[in-house]
Amino acid sequence: MADERFDAIVVGAGPAGTAAAYTMAKAGLKVALVERGEFPGAKNLFGGVLYRQQLEELIPEWWKEAPLERTIVEQRLWMLGEDSVVTLGHRNEKYKSPPNCWTGLRVKFDPWFASKAEQAGALPIYETVVTELLMQGDQVVKGIRTDRDDGELEANITIVADGVNSLLGKQLGVHREWRPHEVSLAVKEVIGLSKQAIQDRFNLDANEGCTIEIVGQTCGMAGLGFLYTNQDTLSLGVGVMVNDLKKHRVKPYEVLDGLKQHPMIKKLIEGGEVREYSGHLIPEGGFNSIPPLAGNGWMICGDAAQMVNAVHREGTNLAVTSGRLAGEVAIAAHKAGDFSLRTLSAYNDAIRASIIHKDLKKYRGLHGLLAYENSEKLFNQLPQAVNDAVYEMLLVDGKPKKTKQKQAFRQLKDASGGHNMDLLRLGIKGWRAMNG
Amino acid sequence: MSTNIEERLFTIRYKADKVSHLIIKDQEVCLNCPTKECNWFCPSDVYLWHDLEKMTSVAYENCIECGTCRIGCPTYNIEWVYPKGGYGVTYKYG
Ligand SMILES: Cc1cc2nc3c(=O)[nH]c(=O)nc-3n(C[C@H](O)[C@H](O)[C@H](O)COP(=O)(O)OP(=O)(O)OC[C@H]3O[C@@H](n4cnc5c(N)ncnc54)[C@H](O)[C@@H]3O)c2cc1C
Ligand code: SF4
Ligand code: SF4
Repeated sequence: MADERFDAIVVGAGPAGTAAAYTMAKAGLKVALVERGEFPGAKNLFGGVLYRQQLEELIPEWWKEAPLERTIVEQRLWMLGEDSVVTLGHRNEKYKSPPNCWTGLRVKFDPWFASKAEQAGALPIYETVVTELLMQGDQVVKGIRTDRDDGELEANITIVADGVNSLLGKQLGVHREWRPHEVSLAVKEVIGLSKQAIQDRFNLDANEGCTIEIVGQTCGMAGLGFLYTNQDTLSLGVGVMVNDLKKHRVKPYEVLDGLKQHPMIKKLIEGGEVREYSGHLIPEGGFNSIPPLAGNGWMICGDAAQMVNAVHREGTNLAVTSGRLAGEVAIAAHKAGDFSLRTLSAYNDAIRASIIHKDLKKYRGLHGLLAYENSEKLFNQLPQAVNDAVYEMLLVDGKPKKTKQKQAFRQLKDASGGHNMDLLRLGIKGWRAMNG
Repeated sequence: MSTNIEERLFTIRYKADKVSHLIIKDQEVCLNCPTKECNWFCPSDVYLWHDLEKMTSVAYENCIECGTCRIGCPTYNIEWVYPKGGYGVTYKYG
């Protein structure tokens, strides 16, 4: 392998690692970008929605050249009952200029983004697994060992951006191991459908897109479904907490099958052809699971550090921001000639001052709600009760509205535990979880 | 449009290595595992318990490298590493 010594090695060419490599290479540092996939993106999937703002801080107007699917003009939230739905949504022409977010596919986006880092001067080393960090003592990271013959590389700084299954984070001891309630497993299908069918079914023009987040009908497990429109495919998936999945003895793809058979979803995907099945973990630990972010000779970014805002399905943007911030601290360290924690701890501070910290902190209670509340209640009985209540209210059957209102309230109360206080308690817990 | 798991796995592009990147550390532990939950939570049905042979078989060629079994096996009885560089799953859409 390359004999020369690098200023910095980045492990993982996802949004976090590539953002770090790009930032440093652009400032003239000698950077290696190491990725285990055949190409960046080969191993990656997401929902997925890409956001304009954070990446623009790195590459102004990046979206004019990046491979994107559709500009999202409408976002919907569906609360599913067994054969019904209560919907909430927002559509706005303002989301077009400037665009707010797009749907995308990682196999297209990640290579494009990595090509930007390559053009800035980062040396791509793909199809290579980093098996170990080279340590001096148990404190200082000196570089990496890979699975290539003769595969050691040295650098002053190693940026660990190896995603949710961060084996290197484990080696560093920043986390012992994620526990089942700190991650969810998502399975997804990309379903081929003609552009025209997508546009007709979702009420869209040529480049407009729509997203649907789905609550309910996850077999009583804490989880969320999603259905997003791409150019000529749909992304349909569902993620459930691994602690619940372990308990329930349901195959993950059976949860997905359940959604596909729901009358609301069935019609939207009808006639489509499954082009690809995939699965991936999502960090769900949030604020309380963020590990120490820097040490002597290393920094850690993105999913590897649990930086995902599950409530707003934001992960790629937080990854990009953390990668950029780590890159900037590496540049300062390079100038100062000091790669110890003393200098690199500036990365900790930068994250703390950033939107990542603020947003994750706001929702820090949510993880407790997902991990410890009764998921059957929250993700099955409650959505069903909301559906039943709305059904009753809109049904014209001769019963006075006042009786109906009482009935609806009782249904909600029963679903949340049976007492007036239970509904209130759940409401307060939910409110706290969302409002810190 | 329901799809079974074989049809699903058929949509994925794999380059399988000759050796498994997933190893059951101790079949005895599986024998005594009351839940054998890896048989359920794996999204690509990699693990299967065989009563007769008293062992968990590992269809590592089907693994989509999600990591659930790494965290989910209650006794951490699965030695889990990434497939060699360039091997394993290569998505077409992602
Ligand atoms: C189903 C699903 C839906 C999601 N939806 C959204 C969404 O709509 N919007 C959004 O913004 N985010 C979404 N996310 C979250 C988002 O995908 C992640 O937060 C984001 O990809 C994190 O970026 P990363 O660079 O930290 O990690 P990753 O993207 O996982 O990149 C890590 C990279 O490191 C490589 N790697 C790992 N270990 C090694 C090693 N030892 N040696 C070499 N290379 C290695 C991997 O192959 C990979 O390319 C979703 C995630 C999932 C699973
Ligand atoms: S869950 Fe773990 S211990 Fe139990 S059968 Fe599976 S691999 Fe063996
Ligand atoms: S990593 Fe995921 S797909 Fe592979 S064996 Fe484990 S659970 Fe199954």
